[in-house]
Amino acid sequence: MELIVQGIVKAFELLLSFDPEVLGITWLSLKISGTATFISLFFGVSIGTAVALTTFPGKRLVISLINTGMGLPPVVVGLFVTIMIWRSGPLGFLEILYTPYAMIIAQAIIATPIVMGISLASIQNLPPNLRLQILALGASRMQMVWVLIKESKLPLLAAVMAGFGGVISEVGASIMVGGNIKGYSRVLTTATVMETGKGNFDIAIALGIILLILAFLVNLLLTHVQQRQRLR
Amino acid sequence: MKMFKNSKTVAVLIAAFLLFALGASDVLAANAEPKQKNIILATTTSTQDSGLLDVLIPIFEKETGYFVKTIAVGSGQAMAMGQKGEADVLLVHSPDAEKKFMEAGNGVNRRLVMHNDFIIVGPSADPAKIKGLKSSAEALKTIAKAGALFSSRGDNSGTHAKEKALWKQTGITPAGQKWYQETGLGMGQTLNVASEKKGYTLADRGTYLALKKNLGLDVLVEGDAALLNIYHVIEINGTKWPKVNAAGGRAFADFMVSKKTQGIIKTFGVDKFGSPLFFPDAGKKVEDLGK
Repeated sequence: MELIVQGIVKAFELLLSFDPEVLGITWLSLKISGTATFISLFFGVSIGTAVALTTFPGKRLVISLINTGMGLPPVVVGLFVTIMIWRSGPLGFLEILYTPYAMIIAQAIIATPIVMGISLASIQNLPPNLRLQILALGASRMQMVWVLIKESKLPLLAAVMAGFGGVISEVGASIMVGGNIKGYSRVLTTATVMETGKGNFDIAIALGIILLILAFLVNLLLTHVQQRQRLR
Repeated sequence: MKMFKNSKTVAVLIAAFLLFALGASDVLAANAEPKQKNIILATTTSTQDSGLLDVLIPIFEKETGYFVKTIAVGSGQAMAMGQKGEADVLLVHSPDAEKKFMEAGNGVNRRLVMHNDFIIVGPSADPAKIKGLKSSAEALKTIAKAGALFSSRGDNSGTHAKEKALWKQTGITPAGQKWYQETGLGMGQTLNVASEKKGYTLADRGTYLALKKNLGLDVLVEGDAALLNIYHVIEINGTKWPKVNAAGGRAFADFMVSKKTQGIIKTFGVDKFGSPLFFPDAGKKVEDLGK
């Protein structure tokens, strides 16, 4: 119990003293996971919408695969990405193992099925006649898709939150492909693992609290956007 | 038709996007340095967890302009990385495995850097009564006979390799025994497990000292010559893997055995723990250590 109190005190000490290392780690976490979420948003929403709006043989199988992907174990993604990009791997010429790039790639792979699955479900959940109605009003196909995406804004923002929440709190892939290099690829989760290993439990708890505050602030912003649309 | 009904929403979204775009460009800039400037150092968790590398690497980077990517894993995994040419230089403490590694032609120029020692720690109640035993093998035998809980790293690290070698001396096969638990975790976490479960374990002194304040474990056996923990630096063979940064690896290895670095190692940890964590040994022979 005493340790938890110490951790909370330490968290505010680190935050209020603007400790440059902790600020750097926090900022890097936000950058990497934010970029990864944006990438996943692009692929997730577009593919999710496409699958939802088309019919083709084996559609149920594809949907099952996407839904399974929502639970993709980060450490397996980390292993797969590592093998692809290390020097002897097929993408070794890129030389991006142990860089923030590699972390963005791995996190985007983790977040994409989450965003895709939620987008798919939310578009499918719209009343089926809506499509016909929009087309009947003379909208082009692209305009129709855009209106549908707008109609499911609420669940889509939930998809962003789920995707971001999934990657900012993820550690297995980040430590494997990023390497937890000081001042370069060390993020809040990997630093927490390391400080726990070092026995600095107070700092580890402090980093955990900073991670929660960060996730809270991002979600607060997104919820604000989401709910404002709702109230109109 | 209007894309967004609310201009504030647009502003928020654009601001958020710019924030990340800005962030991404920072990441780009950080990676724009010439690639041969990067050195991948695969090492054991003990050198990182003790804080030694946090002191040494900034000095090396400042002196040479190289950028060191320290990947802290167990010695076994570090050598596996070296074996595939995925690292440029190793700093490891698993002498028997290192010899095999060299014989296979994976490394060039293996040099002695420093040593400290392993200790057998356990609960202060010491249920197996091993405190004060001079021989570490004898102590393990006693633990086995008493059936007292022993936590093993079980992760092919240098510490795990040492532990297996000691068990071999005793002629006992601990794997599969009820009192023998493999954690598969790093040294720090294994010490925590041993402390929580009131078990014994083999630890390097540096990590034990760093964690001591949170542990309910005492040093029970120490000072046995078999408990030496010896660190070597190995450059990875650049002719076998052309992608390896051989020049960078050599520069780092030279730095580790240089007079100045050895001086820093000698005094590292004295202010925090009252005694040094490592003893510099560059240029010495392994046979002369601990005398």
